[in-house]
Amino acid sequence: MYVAVKGGERAIAAAHAWLAEERRGDPAVPELSPDQIREQLRLAVNRVMAEGSLYDPDLAALALKQARGDAVEAVFLIRAFRTTLPRLAASRPLDTAAMACDRRISATFKDAPGGQVLGPTFDYTHRLIDFALAAGLPVPPAPVAPPQAGPMPHITGFLDREGLIRPEPPSDAEPPDLTRAPLALPADRALRLQALARADEGFLLALAYSTQRGYGSTHAFVGELRIGRVPVAVEIPELGLAVEIGEVELTECETVNQFAGSKSEPPQFTRGYGLALGMNERRTIAMALVDRALCARELGEDVGRGPAQDEEFVLSHCDNIQASGFLEHIKLPHYVDFQSESEGLRARRAAALAGREAAE
Amino acid sequence: MTGYTFAYLDEQTKRMIRRALLKAVAIPGYQVPFSSREMPMPYGWGTGGVQVTAACLTPEDRLKVIDQGADDTTNAVSIRSFFRKVAGVATTEATAEATIIQTRHRIPETPLAEGQILVFQVPIPEPLRFLEPRETETRKMHALADYGLMHVRLYEDIARHGAITRAYAYPVQVEGRYVMDPSPIPKFDNPKLHRSPALMLFGAGREQRIYALPPYTEVRSLDFEDYPFEPTKAGHACALCGDDASYLDEVIVDDAGGRMFVCSDTDHCRSRRAAGRRGTMAAPFEDAAA
Amino acid sequence: MSAPILQVRGLTKRYGARIGCAEVGFDLWPGEVMGVVGESGSGKSTLLACLSGHLAPDAGSVVWRRRDGAPVETLALPERDRRALMRSDWAFVHQNPRDGLRMGVTAGGNIGERLMARGARHYGAIRAAAADWLARVEIDPGRIDEAPRAFSGGMQQRLQIARALVTAPRLVFMDEPTGGLDVSVQARLLDLLRGLVRDLGLSAIVVTHDLAVVRLLAQRLMVMKDGRVVEAGLTDQVLDDPRHAYTQLLVSSVLQV
Repeated sequence: MYVAVKGGERAIAAAHAWLAEERRGDPAVPELSPDQIREQLRLAVNRVMAEGSLYDPDLAALALKQARGDAVEAVFLIRAFRTTLPRLAASRPLDTAAMACDRRISATFKDAPGGQVLGPTFDYTHRLIDFALAAGLPVPPAPVAPPQAGPMPHITGFLDREGLIRPEPPSDAEPPDLTRAPLALPADRALRLQALARADEGFLLALAYSTQRGYGSTHAFVGELRIGRVPVAVEIPELGLAVEIGEVELTECETVNQFAGSKSEPPQFTRGYGLALGMNERRTIAMALVDRALCARELGEDVGRGPAQDEEFVLSHCDNIQASGFLEHIKLPHYVDFQSESEGLRARRAAALAGREAAE
Repeated sequence: MTGYTFAYLDEQTKRMIRRALLKAVAIPGYQVPFSSREMPMPYGWGTGGVQVTAACLTPEDRLKVIDQGADDTTNAVSIRSFFRKVAGVATTEATAEATIIQTRHRIPETPLAEGQILVFQVPIPEPLRFLEPRETETRKMHALADYGLMHVRLYEDIARHGAITRAYAYPVQVEGRYVMDPSPIPKFDNPKLHRSPALMLFGAGREQRIYALPPYTEVRSLDFEDYPFEPTKAGHACALCGDDASYLDEVIVDDAGGRMFVCSDTDHCRSRRAAGRRGTMAAPFEDAAA
Repeated sequence: MSAPILQVRGLTKRYGARIGCAEVGFDLWPGEVMGVVGESGSGKSTLLACLSGHLAPDAGSVVWRRRDGAPVETLALPERDRRALMRSDWAFVHQNPRDGLRMGVTAGGNIGERLMARGARHYGAIRAAAADWLARVEIDPGRIDEAPRAFSGGMQQRLQIARALVTAPRLVFMDEPTGGLDVSVQARLLDLLRGLVRDLGLSAIVVTHDLAVVRLLAQRLMVMKDGRVVEAGLTDQVLDDPRHAYTQLLVSSVLQV
């Protein structure tokens, strides 16, 4: 006698209760607050904001807490929330030249107006585990320099003026919106950049690395990397003027890349562009390399030298929410398909074995 | 639930999806791009179907959700409780009573009727995908009805295995025009697509595509004249209700690999048992329902 | 035989400032094989790509005469009709069989594809046609279920020809059909091609750098240099009594082509 398994609803509820317990961990250890995550795990928060494409450090911290520190799961929570938000207005384009930089470096010029500013960086730290951190000792204050007074113009602007770098024609056309229209291929650069800006960091990193190793090489230098806060302004039609509504922390990277020229264009530098919400240095450099690799077709370069140049491949696979969902769905029940396959396999095996016996 | 509109999606999004649905109904079998939203469940877990259902639901609807034919599989339970929460609609397990049925991988055994909507969750809407990975090329192939390659695949199956081996997601041609993926239903279910009185809607969230079969649409499974399409199933009867014509799940019942076959459509099986039908391993009906 | 099957006028293709081919014009008559010879870079492959619709020329006209006698400007054909033409009345034989075959599909599937694309839906009939064509290109029909990978280079090329000819096209474009093959294999293939062209009454345009190929296959010949036709005429005439200095060089084998 057989009674089919029942009680899916109860099993799910029990699993989720257990999950909540696991999330909390040992109750003898004090609970993490979202504030602590926001302040002390800021780079994790930044990644969630960038890939969740929502600038809200508190919410990203909460998502990380809810996701037990799983960045992709936290990004998913943010995305699902973001899509329900009303759109009250579109900001004016951000002016990253007006950024109050915490960090600004160039690998192409030793010095430039505004100077090289290291800022809070892991660079040049020796990667030795700091056992003193475990003790939670207070941090001695960092030395403070007076804020820079002068402007900090974009480094590529100097190449622009000399005509050494391919100009990017300004456009007032409304950019496409990946979250409001289905991805259409071939995609223009604005759409590609939008997809890359929220793409999985690991995927971007691996693709960018592959171009450096010759799979669609673009010979990139970091022309400039800058991190800092930029004001956000919104046009108020009733007032006929733009009002600053706050500021966001951004990371911007412009790479300077070789370009041999084409039948219509002289040899010149070209640029790759990376931008991310929050301090997100690695992903922004990687994004700039992948952006530049994806320009190969428009520049008339040889395509097919590496996956990073393949727009359809990159854009179809860069989103970790799409990827992880589809990857993990194979653990859902597939009894029906599997049954259909195994019936077919049994029949083919029987036929094959019968054929073999008949031959013997 | 507060803070969300009826059936979760905002009205603008629902209108966008309905426009895509109307276009899909107007061009049966054609994949309409739509700007799929991020849903509170993962891509690949029915986000396309959920968005289509959300766009079709009215407060008066009675919703049934099945996965693998069963109302009580975990993902079906999860989606049903999602709609109970965000739309407050009545739910049912009885196929005949439902106005909208969201399904993954099956078409119910009980014949559908006019006025019912069957919503399929679709993982890969493109029937040509594994022959040609590029979307830009497959869209061209559909536009030009350039389907020779599809038949090459079927030819190869017969040449190598003596039969067409595709067991599920078996491609169909709609009204002699578009080749369509019926979602990963077993090919046993394909004939139920043909001239169905119900409206059939297909949602692929991750791939951002919607397509449809309006009622009474001609749907032919691809085949050769001398190797006609065969909707097959395991050659057993359901151990619980005794039905030898329904699609069966295989269940392993002991350590020695002993197995039994039971209806994959739980509602169908229960109704038959309620009507007094018995299979070889059936418990009395009251026990099974407890 | 009252009208040319293909009329080409003023066909021009530029790559930026460089000329691919310029002002090419000719008539091709039913059952006629036209050879196009020249060094690499002479524009013969560009010409073939423009004629066969693989490349869009900048100027010119390519008029195709349908079975019902009606002329069609192929350069203005919508993609749908162009593809339909390419899988019915036209066929293309690539230099590298990998470009013309599906390497993962059996020989039978490769030959059957064009039939299926045209609507053939009887497996047995498709298979019989494939087996018949394997025999006609001197491949053992018993190997119908093997993938091209298992075949030698010469066999792959013959399979590609069978795949192209199974729909009884009226015009075949061939790009260096014997290139990349051993001399002995080349001879056998040429022999086969000549027989097929004669038996089927095919019209063909054969691009090659190999004068032996045109002497054997083509009744007429065009010699190209720097994208332009420098000499054209009956094959024997051109080869035996070349007028243009370049053709003379070509014929005297001074040029390493």
